[in-house]
Amino acid sequence: MDFSTLIQILDSTLRLATPLLLACLAGLFSERSGIFDIGLEAKMLVAAFFSAAFAYSTGSVWIGLLAGIAASMVFALIHGVASITFRGNQLISGVALNFLASGMTVLVAQSWFQQGGRTPSLIGGARFEPITLPFADAVRDVPFLGPLYSDLLSGHSILVYVALLAVPATWWVLYRTRFGLRLRAVGENPAAVDTAGVSVIGLRFAAIGIAGLLCGIAGAYLATGLQAGFVKDMTAGRGYIALAALIFAKWRPWYALGACLLFGLLQALSLRTDVVDAIFPFKMPVQLLDSLPYILTVVILAGFVGKAIPPRAGGTPYVKER
Amino acid sequence: MKDMAGTADQPSGAPPNAPAAIELRGISKAFGPVQANKDITLKVAKGAIHGIIGENGAGKSTLMSILYGFYKADSGEILINGQPTEIPDSQAAIAAGIGMVFQHFKLVENFSVLENVVLGAEDGALLKPSLSKARKQLTQIAEEYEMNVDPDALIEDIGVGMQQRVEILKSLYRHADILILDEPTGVLTPAEADHLFRILRGLRDEGKTIILITHKLREIMEVTDTVSVMRRGEMTATVKTAETSPEQLAELMVGRKVLLRVDKKPAHPGATVLKVEDLRVVDEDKVERLRGISFEVRAGEILGIAGVAGNGQSEVLQVLGGITTATGSVQINGNEIDLTGKHSDGRSRRERGIAHVPEDRQRQGLIMDFAAWENMAFGYQWDPDYNHGLLMDNAGLKRETEGKMERFDVRPPHGHLAAKNFSGGNQQKIVLAREIERNPDLLLVGQPTRGVDIGAIEFIHQRIIELRDAGKAILLVSVELEEIMGMSDRIAVMFDGRIMGERLPAETNEGELGLLMAGITNDSGANEGAA
Repeated sequence: MDFSTLIQILDSTLRLATPLLLACLAGLFSERSGIFDIGLEAKMLVAAFFSAAFAYSTGSVWIGLLAGIAASMVFALIHGVASITFRGNQLISGVALNFLASGMTVLVAQSWFQQGGRTPSLIGGARFEPITLPFADAVRDVPFLGPLYSDLLSGHSILVYVALLAVPATWWVLYRTRFGLRLRAVGENPAAVDTAGVSVIGLRFAAIGIAGLLCGIAGAYLATGLQAGFVKDMTAGRGYIALAALIFAKWRPWYALGACLLFGLLQALSLRTDVVDAIFPFKMPVQLLDSLPYILTVVILAGFVGKAIPPRAGGTPYVKER
Repeated sequence: MKDMAGTADQPSGAPPNAPAAIELRGISKAFGPVQANKDITLKVAKGAIHGIIGENGAGKSTLMSILYGFYKADSGEILINGQPTEIPDSQAAIAAGIGMVFQHFKLVENFSVLENVVLGAEDGALLKPSLSKARKQLTQIAEEYEMNVDPDALIEDIGVGMQQRVEILKSLYRHADILILDEPTGVLTPAEADHLFRILRGLRDEGKTIILITHKLREIMEVTDTVSVMRRGEMTATVKTAETSPEQLAELMVGRKVLLRVDKKPAHPGATVLKVEDLRVVDEDKVERLRGISFEVRAGEILGIAGVAGNGQSEVLQVLGGITTATGSVQINGNEIDLTGKHSDGRSRRERGIAHVPEDRQRQGLIMDFAAWENMAFGYQWDPDYNHGLLMDNAGLKRETEGKMERFDVRPPHGHLAAKNFSGGNQQKIVLAREIERNPDLLLVGQPTRGVDIGAIEFIHQRIIELRDAGKAILLVSVELEEIMGMSDRIAVMFDGRIMGERLPAETNEGELGLLMAGITNDSGANEGAA
């Protein structure tokens, strides 16, 4: 495998890791507040559909992005009302949303566009175009570092950079702000937050809202950045992989970046069978690569690589004790 | 309400005619048909330590929850420092200068002391300025009131006494003038409790008002200036502590005369029933929880194991009950018991005549959602008497449960009610009825009266003594020193997985036991009480 192939694979890794990373950070906010979010998949899927549909109808990808975020936030709100306000089971609510999104997007797409449950292909301003970073062309000829900058870092859509910047931003919010302190506290011991005079419900809805926002961006990126249009079930389990990455990352932002890049690399490799065959001396089934994120997560959960301790109050609705 | 102290009970520290720190007028609160608080009127003078005592379910906690904004009273008025005050939520309570230390601490385990103190009382959107300001203030407050804590220690790494101090610091950091403590000494050693009382007196002398909710008469007598008694949602009396006695308070709480001392005849120990030698338990984290303990329990005697929770007493019960594996030797009536868990479990223990009343009755003693009659069969469901071939004899079980509930005075005596619908004391009676009526050779009892009313405590103690007098061996584990002193024929004190020494109740006192519980042995007195 030569250097340019490596750059290609890493470039593809970055693209494929972006939706994972955004969804993973969404899950991080949600779960750090004590709300399990198995519905990342649902939120991404509705965002993907509505962003593609609105981008196609209006010709503006930005309106598409906003529509995607709005759709994702509505789903987040439903999850919030079910699991925070009415103290329903968070897993059941999430699973229900996943089914709802999977069926609803195709149904609406069919009645809107009559193209077999997909949106028409997006072209021009209805897609996120790659951005060329400054001096990308100028430094391309510098050995080694040149291609890294020009071909790997440069030339992605803006949402890729948003996702990357979201990592330090999340870290900063979580560990350096009042909101972050309260968010971490409410996921560990909501009673402590409540007795300190802070609203548990308010904090959890805020966390869920942020999760909706990030999933919305992730979904929009899928339909208008990574691909050109919506197709049925296009999230293809990314929400679950993001959850796996979240556990792998032990609910920490920088680890999340690492986990998502690793899982993105596995996805990128499974698209390049020629490279896989070149790396491994034996016939490596692509399905094995696809299942590696889950296998690694099980290994983590089994405690082989340190302990993954979820937020202590995760999954349990908060009821005042007396 | 009979107000024996009148309203003139101003402590010396407060200026005359100052408005009461807290005044409640006609507070009522109902949950459905249950009247939790009925027309409560209470005045707490500024700069006083005021005790509120009552049985479980008497309405103490409801009243305090109303004060802290968890519940809204159906009717009535709250005055803070003479000002009528609305307290719709905790935030309003904090703003009114009320701080609350709950029985179960409201701390974030993996946060530092500093972060816990700051949580909810930050100065701005960024953490750093809040944290550095809090660090300064915390050192100041800590020095002032003799409450040293390391601000950077994680809550999960410090002991319960320390955690409680963090809770108090939290309130003080929020400028609380009125501090409410709910059952604060349940988790403390006698020495830690004494330290807490010193802190409380210090706070009172600084002009803070303290409300102490407890069911322990000794603490009321020791630390409070005035005391209010609650019974069935009503405030039955408010008296000056100096002018009352534990007997009078107990009578006011229960509504009848109560025997505070356990009434028992001298024991007549017979043959050795339980013989434990060099018992060792290593837990999942490779920590040695039991470090080679040995003891004996003979027929017709009660061996009490004293100690602060978490020093290995639970493990002793779990090993003997067949829940945990161990190494060493355990003999029942001279027969060796398998401790590896390969050839024995809870069931085979029961078949050998060991009955177990576990410490955590809600998790290990009962299935809370199951009916009382179902719970009466647990652990013995294999018994042929309870079965017709493949099917369980439910009708027979229900009939038998009725009798047991009557004999053990379980109220209400309805076998079809789920275990969770009974009060703590009645849940315990269900477990005791199940285990004692099997007529075991050895009864293991953990925390028999934790969360149980005074009236029920008396009953439970009598039943255990009766079993002893019937010639059975009893191993009693309790963190209540009074209970250990009153019930036991011999006392073993555990600390850090070891037995620090054995004493005879008549030849020791709480002070000596307290030192042993803290791991301090006095060589000259060691083992003199060993049997």
